[in-house]
Order: sequence, then C-alpha cells, then structure tokens
Amino acid sequence: MRPEEIVRSSALEIGRKIKSGELTSVEATRAFLDKITSDNGKYNAFVTVCEDAVKEAELIDQKIARGELKGPLAGVPIAVKDNICTKGIRTTCSSRMLGNFIPPYDATVIKKLKAEGMVMIGKTNMDEFAMGSTTETSYFGPTYNPWGENRVPGGSSGGSAAAVAADNACIALGSDTGGSIRQPSSFCGVTGLKPTYGTVSRYGLVAFASSLDQIGPIGRDARDLAALFNIICGIDEKDQTSTETAPIDMDKLDSFDVKGLKIGLPEQYFGDGIDEDVKARVSEAVSFFESKGATVGKFSFPIADYAIPIYYIIACAEACSNLSRYDGIKYGYSPEGVDDLMDLYIRSRSEGFGMEVKRRIMLGNFVLSSGYYDAYYNKALRAKALIKEAFDKAFDEYDVIMGPVAPTTALKCGESLSDPLKMYLGDICTVLVNTVGLPAISVPCGFDGSGLPVGLQITGRHYSEGLLCSVASFYQKHTDHHTKRSSDR
Amino acid sequence: MEITPELIDYLQQLGRISLSEQEKEKTGKDLSTILGYIDKLNELDTEGVEPMSHAFGRTNVFREDTVTNDAMVEDILANAPESKDGAFLVPRTVE
Repeated sequence: MRPEEIVRSSALEIGRKIKSGELTSVEATRAFLDKITSDNGKYNAFVTVCEDAVKEAELIDQKIARGELKGPLAGVPIAVKDNICTKGIRTTCSSRMLGNFIPPYDATVIKKLKAEGMVMIGKTNMDEFAMGSTTETSYFGPTYNPWGENRVPGGSSGGSAAAVAADNACIALGSDTGGSIRQPSSFCGVTGLKPTYGTVSRYGLVAFASSLDQIGPIGRDARDLAALFNIICGIDEKDQTSTETAPIDMDKLDSFDVKGLKIGLPEQYFGDGIDEDVKARVSEAVSFFESKGATVGKFSFPIADYAIPIYYIIACAEACSNLSRYDGIKYGYSPEGVDDLMDLYIRSRSEGFGMEVKRRIMLGNFVLSSGYYDAYYNKALRAKALIKEAFDKAFDEYDVIMGPVAPTTALKCGESLSDPLKMYLGDICTVLVNTVGLPAISVPCGFDGSGLPVGLQITGRHYSEGLLCSVASFYQKHTDHHTKRSSDR
Repeated sequence: MEITPELIDYLQQLGRISLSEQEKEKTGKDLSTILGYIDKLNELDTEGVEPMSHAFGRTNVFREDTVTNDAMVEDILANAPESKDGAFLVPRTVE
C-alpha cells in the first residue's frame, strides 16, 4: 500500500490489512509519522511526536506474526490527547505547568491500548487543562482546522480531531468534560464518541472536573469508534467511578436498521442562536432517518436554557479543587529564587497557569466560597436533578435525541479568546449530557455555505453507546460526509 | 453581581494566584459578565429539589488498601523540582 492510501484508511481497515499481511505495523506507523512531520508546522495538532514509535511497531509486528496479538486494532497507530498519562513520555496538558512532566505510570486506557498492540504516534494539542472550546488556550500555540484558513479546530480535544481530519492519525483518544470530544469532531468533520460516565476508566487522565470528565474515541467513522471503545472500556479498581460495561457487538452494529427507531428533537436546539446552515444540515440528517422508517417527534426541553450556568458552576467548582494539587513541589513548573512556601505556591501557579485556567479557578472558588455556596454550587446540584428528570422523561418516549453538536461551524481564530462568555455559550448543546453522565456521538452531516463541516449529535440512555454507534454507522453506510477530506476540494 | 477589587483579592488568596493590575481589571470584568449570565439560574425553580451528586446512584466503592505498584520513588522524584534523601524538598516552613 502506498503511504497516501494508508493515511486515508480507517483504523479497522489498517488493522485488517496488517492481519492479512498486506501491510505491516511498521509501514503504517511510518506513513503517519511522515505525514505528521510534513503537516505539524501547518496544523500544530501534536505537542509531542513519538519518534520511537517505529521500534514499538517492529515488536508488535513480531508479536502479530507469532499469533500473540489478534485484536481488530493490533498494530494500528493511534494519537493520544496530551492530558492522558503515558509512562516515560511527556504529558503536558498543553500547560506550562506540566511542560516538563514525565509520568511515571501509564493511564489505564494506555495500558489497554498497549495490550491490544496499538502504536502511539504522538500526544495531541488541546486547550490548557482542557479548559476551552477552540484549542487556542494551549501554551504550545493553537491548533488549526484543516477545513479552513484561520479556523479553530474546536476544543478542547482540537489536536486529536484535527489530526484525524488531516490524515495525521486514523484514530485518536480525546476527553470530554462539556463537549470536548464532540465539538471538535463536529468542527473538523470527524466522528467522536463521549461514552457513558464510568464506562472508561479515568485513572491517569489529568483531572479537570471529575464528575464530568470522560475519555473517548475520535475517528473516521462509527465502526472505528465502536472498535476502540471495546478496547478501552471496562471496570478498573483504580477508578472507583468506573463500571462494568458490555462491549459493543459489531455484528449487531452492522446489521442494525433504524426502522422503528424513535427519535426526539428538543425544540430548544432548533431555535434562535443556532446557525441556519447548521439547522438545515441537521434537519436533513433527521429527514434521512425518517425516510428509512424512523419516527420523529419534537419535544420541549426548557432546562436547556440553564445548561451553561449549571455546567460552568459545577465544572469550575471541581476544577478549582482538582487544580489545587499544583504547588510547585511534587512535579510541574516551579520558579527560581522563592522567598518562602507561600511564595512558592503563588508564583508556581501564577506563572504556570494561563489566563483561562486562572479565571476558572477564581470562578470555582467564588461559587464554593462561604456566603455564595448555596446560591451557586448547591443550586446547580439541585438543577442537576432537574436535568436528570428532563432526560428521563424524554427517554420514556424516545430511543435517541438528535440535534446539532454546536450552534455554529468552526469559528475564526481569535474570535472568542477575548470574550470568554461568548466561548462558553458555544457549549450550549453539549454540556448537559456530561452533568448526568449520558453518552452522545458527533457525526458529520454535511457542510455550511463556507464549506465547513456540520455535526449531528445523537444522545442516548446510559450505556447505549452500542445503539449510538449503530445509528451513526447506519447513517454513514448511506452517506459520504464522513469520507470527505479538506484536501479533496 | 458587582465584582469589587476586594472580592478579586479574596479569590486570588483562595486560589493561591497573584494577578497583575491589568489582569485583575480584565478578570473583574470577565467574572462580572459571566456571573451576570450565570445568575439566570435564579429563574429556575428548585424549591424542594434535593442536590444531586452522582447522576445514577453510585455509592462508595471500597477495596483493600494493598500496595500493587512497584517501588517507583526515583521515577516520582525525577519530576520534583527539588528533592533530597528520597523526599520532596520545600522551602523552610518553621523558623
């Protein structure tokens, strides 16, 4: 296979060809590393490139030849978001704070990738500590969207999504706290799954907001996502919030038919504030499902109006607690010539964190501080119970909920950096599922007038990632939006 | 919600962060805008609703407290800015 063909293939295709002997893991790994070398100056999707990956691939090729590795993704190269700890390989969270941090251990998901025989080709860029929706708050400079000159890739997993979109990787891991897998997948025209809370261990994922954080796959299509989900899911005694999960049955996924599927559309996600082109593409996708025998109903979802306040209170409250561990003592950035312990804390944090991180720490401390705790944090936790109620009610009637992933397509670079509230409001369609731990998938469903990708979001009940991938895969069997590349235009 | 310079100072203290004068001004404005929007939540009636922590009813999960990892003191201290005799080194805290 020529390198140009390799880098355009899906992860399962590459896995199959390695197994059949048409391709080696070394060839596949080299093809992606070369592509990254030629592209990273342009897109900056990677913070660290694993130059030694070819050596890993050699060992894996030997194991495959000996029959020791038999999984569907054995030998397949993968990119990993830089907030997932990798033993011996720098894990920065795109922050100056962790710019020199070499984890002494692997995250559970990384152990699982290694056990499958996947080859890590690099660590991808992100918003600093996953706080942002554009990948512009990275200490290592922004990532650019391959789909448009001077367009953001979304965030915070913007590096992972851009890497897949630019054929710098066939599949990647991201993390999603309020949309950080789905929104960049939407902006970059790739497919991304935020699994049910607890199905994938968070051990070794650098904590942002622990009740919301979830690791998940970003890739070319829903079949690839299902295959990778099956590798990374499962209970882990190192993460007490993890749960036992049945893997997705690939045969069932392939034979799935949407006939009789009950689809609910929340009116609030098709109203004011959502771009006309986005609404049009999402509605066309819904019509497609209807034409194939699904039933579609609209319902009112008024809790959506409070999504941003509830989410930002909870996320910032948890973030300010989680980030209190950065003290300039155990690891991470530490300034020279400090006076005393307090000076060490304050200067490490003031010089190590970027502005968006500091803003969220302050917001979090505010909503948790005495005098404001009840009015903000406790109020948000009460509202969370109402979100649960609203979703339960919707799922009494519908199998899945469909809507846009984001109100717009990829924004211009720099547009939202100076106006944090504007950036936060862009998360309106994605944040609610995180607060109650639901799974959701982002599927490319066409392009806007400027040729930028639009994403369809499909949300399901807890533990329904099998259904979500099946619905998305059915759509992808009948459409070709997900196969388009910016380089084809 | 008015964000006074005193409140900004208090939040800096809670977060062990020190902002420049310029950053303080910008942060004050940003927090004021963001909290102004967040206050929309007051419109939502949550009377009689219990605060919810875990959304699908997980309670405490326990395991035996046994050591399963290898000794990795050196690897861990390798990330420390300063260490001595197998321990993290910090500035003098007691005179």
